[in-house]
Amino acid sequence: MSFFDVIIQTLDSTIRLSVPLLLACLAGLYSERSGIFDIGLEGKMLAAAFAGAAAASVFHSAWIGLGMAILVSVSLALVHGFASITHRGNQIVSGLAINFVAAGSTIILGQAWFQQGGRTPALAPNERFEAIKLPGADALRDVPIFGPIYSELISGHSLLVYVAFLAVPFTWWVLFRTRFGLRLRAVGENPAAVDTAGISVAWLRYRAVICTGILTAIAGAYLSMVQSGGFVKDMTAGKGYIALAALIFAKWRPVNAMFACLLFGFLDALAIRLQGAPLPIIGKVPVQLMQALPYILTVILLAGFIGKAIPPRAGGVPYVKER
Amino acid sequence: MSTPYAKLPAWADYGLIPLINLAVAFIVAGLVVLLVGENPFRAAVILVEGAFGRGQGIAYTLFYATNFIFTGLAVAVAMHAGLFNIGGEGQAYVAGLGVGLVCLALDRVVPWYVTFPFAIAGAAVFGAAWAFVPAYLQARRGSHIVITTIMFNMIAASLMIYVLRDILKPEAMQEVKTRMLEAGAQLPRLNWIIELFGTAKIRSAPFNVSFLLALVMAYLVWLLIWRTKLGYEIRTFGFSQKAARYAGISEVRVTIIAMLISGALAGMMSINAIMGDQHSVYVDLAGGAGFIGIAVALMGRAHPVGIILASILFGMLYQGGAELSFEMPAISRDMIVIIQGLVILFAGALEHMFRPYIQTLFASISPKSVGLAAVKGEGA
Repeated sequence: MSFFDVIIQTLDSTIRLSVPLLLACLAGLYSERSGIFDIGLEGKMLAAAFAGAAAASVFHSAWIGLGMAILVSVSLALVHGFASITHRGNQIVSGLAINFVAAGSTIILGQAWFQQGGRTPALAPNERFEAIKLPGADALRDVPIFGPIYSELISGHSLLVYVAFLAVPFTWWVLFRTRFGLRLRAVGENPAAVDTAGISVAWLRYRAVICTGILTAIAGAYLSMVQSGGFVKDMTAGKGYIALAALIFAKWRPVNAMFACLLFGFLDALAIRLQGAPLPIIGKVPVQLMQALPYILTVILLAGFIGKAIPPRAGGVPYVKER
Repeated sequence: MSTPYAKLPAWADYGLIPLINLAVAFIVAGLVVLLVGENPFRAAVILVEGAFGRGQGIAYTLFYATNFIFTGLAVAVAMHAGLFNIGGEGQAYVAGLGVGLVCLALDRVVPWYVTFPFAIAGAAVFGAAWAFVPAYLQARRGSHIVITTIMFNMIAASLMIYVLRDILKPEAMQEVKTRMLEAGAQLPRLNWIIELFGTAKIRSAPFNVSFLLALVMAYLVWLLIWRTKLGYEIRTFGFSQKAARYAGISEVRVTIIAMLISGALAGMMSINAIMGDQHSVYVDLAGGAGFIGIAVALMGRAHPVGIILASILFGMLYQGGAELSFEMPAISRDMIVIIQGLVILFAGALEHMFRPYIQTLFASISPKSVGLAAVKGEGA
C-alpha cells in the first residue's frame, strides 16, 4: 500500500470518526449560544443511539429509527429545558442527571426488551443508513490523485455524514443571517435586553434546546445505525464530552467547530492506525496519550495559552425576570 | 443577591423538600421498573431486604457507603465555595496511584497501621494534585472549573491505564493491575462490629477501617466549614463572590484551597477500594463513586450528617441492587445509575419545583412561617 493510500484511508476514517463529534458539537452550539450549558450531550446521544437502533430493528425502517431517536433526544432536551429554563435549576446538575438516566435506562431497557446483554439486534441493510455513491465515483476512480480523493474520501458515505457537514454552513446561516439566530445569540449574551425588546427568553431558549435535541439525535443515530449495525451499551464512550471540548476549542463558532471536530477525529484515527507504532521524529507515542490529547489541548486552550475562549456571557445563569 | 424564592422554615427546607424530591425520584424509578415489566413494590422490598436483611448485606451497604461519604464530602466542600467539582472520579482514580505507590513500597515491610497514615497522605496528595490544575485555572485564568474537571476525568482515565498497563503491571500477569498487596497494606475488616448486634457470622464483606476514616473526615469537614476562619471564608465566597472580595478574602486562595481539600477527600475513596477490598490498584477503581458523590452531596444538602445518611442510602441501593439483579434478572445493577440520575435531577436541578406549592401551603396555614409579612408582594 502506497503512502498516498495510507493518507487517504486515514483521512477517510477521520471523516467517519468526526461526524458524531461534529453533530454533537453543533448541537451544543445552539444550546450554549442561547445561554444554556449542556453537559448532557453525551446522554442525549446515547439515548438517541439506543432509540434509533431499537426502533429501526422493530419497525424495519431506518427512517422510523431516526424519527424515534429524535423524539427521545428532544424529550430529554426538553427535560433539561424544563429544569434549567422553567425551574431555573443548575444547568450542570441537570445535564449530568440526563447523562446518568440515559446511561442506565439504555442498558436496562435494552436488556429487558431484547435480551442480548444490552445490545439491540443487528440491523439489516435496509434498517441502516447505507453508503451513498456519488455520481461518477466509479468512473473517476482511476484518475491520479483526484480520483481516489473523490471516490474514497468524498463519495461513499452515509446520508447522515453529508447531513453533518451540510449542518455546518446551515448553522452558520441560521446563527448569523437570520432573525432567529440574532435573537438566539442575544439571549445568550444579554437576556434582559431580549426580554425588554418584548421577546420571550424562555421560548427562545426552549427552541434552542430543541435544536440541540434534534442534532444529538442524528449524532446518536449515526453511531448505532451507520458506524455500527446496532446499539452497544455505552457506545458514546465520552464522545459527548469530546464534542463539548471541541465546542470550546471552536470558541462557539460553527465553522471552527467543524475544524475542531476534524482535528479530534484525526487524532482518533491516527491513534487507531498507529496502535502504538512509532511516529517519525517524535518516536513512540502511547495510545493513551493520543486518546487524551483532545482533552489536554482543550485544557491548554482554556488556560488561555492558545487564544482565549470566551463563553456566551449569560451561559449557565438562569434568567430571572425583573419584578 | 435576590433569590426568586421566599424563605421556608428550616425543617421544611432541610427535611421536607429533600424528602419530597427523593420520593418523586423513586416514583419515576418505579415507573422504569414497571416499564421493564416487574413489580416496583416487590423490587423495593427485595432491595431493602438485600441491603439490611442480613449482617452480610449491612456490611456491604456500609462498605459502599464509605466510598460515597468520601466523594460526597469532596463535592460538598467545593460546593460551599460555590465551585462544582465534577472531577471527583478522576481525583479518586489518580489518588489510587498515590495509595498504590505507598502500599507497594511498604506492604512487605511494616504492619497495616504504619502503612495506613502514609496511604492517607498518598491519597490526599495525589487527589489534591489532580484537583490543583483545574483549581488554578479557575482562579487565575478564569476557565470554567466544570469543564476542566470533566477534561481531567478523561485524562485521568487515559493516564491510569497507561501507568497500570505499561509501568506497574507485572510482566507475567494477564489482567491490567498491580501485583497483589500483602498483609501490610490490607486494612482490617470491621464486620465484627455488625456481628456484635447478633447477626450471623459475616463471611466475606469488605467493610473495613476506612469507614471510620470516613466518619472522622465527615467530622473534620463539619469543623472546617462551620467552626474555622477558613470555613467562614469558603462559605462567604460561595454565597457571594462580590461580598467575599469586598471583605478582603482572596479569591485565588479560597478557590485553590477548597479544591485541594475537595480533591484530597475524593482521593481517600481509593483507600477503601484498594486497601480495603481488592488489594491491588486496578482499572476504573473509582467505579463511578465520584459521580455518586454529586448525588450524595446534593441530597445531603452539603452537610456532613446529610451526606452520611445519603451515602448509606446509596450504599443500600448498591448492595440491594446487586441482590435485586439475582431475583429479577431484568433489573441489573444499572438500575442504580438511573436512580442516581433521577436523584440528581429532582434533588439537584429541579429542587425548586415543588417549592412554590409548599410555600403556598405554608402560607395558607401560617403566613408568619414563610415571613410573608416582611416581604409582602414578593415571593410566591
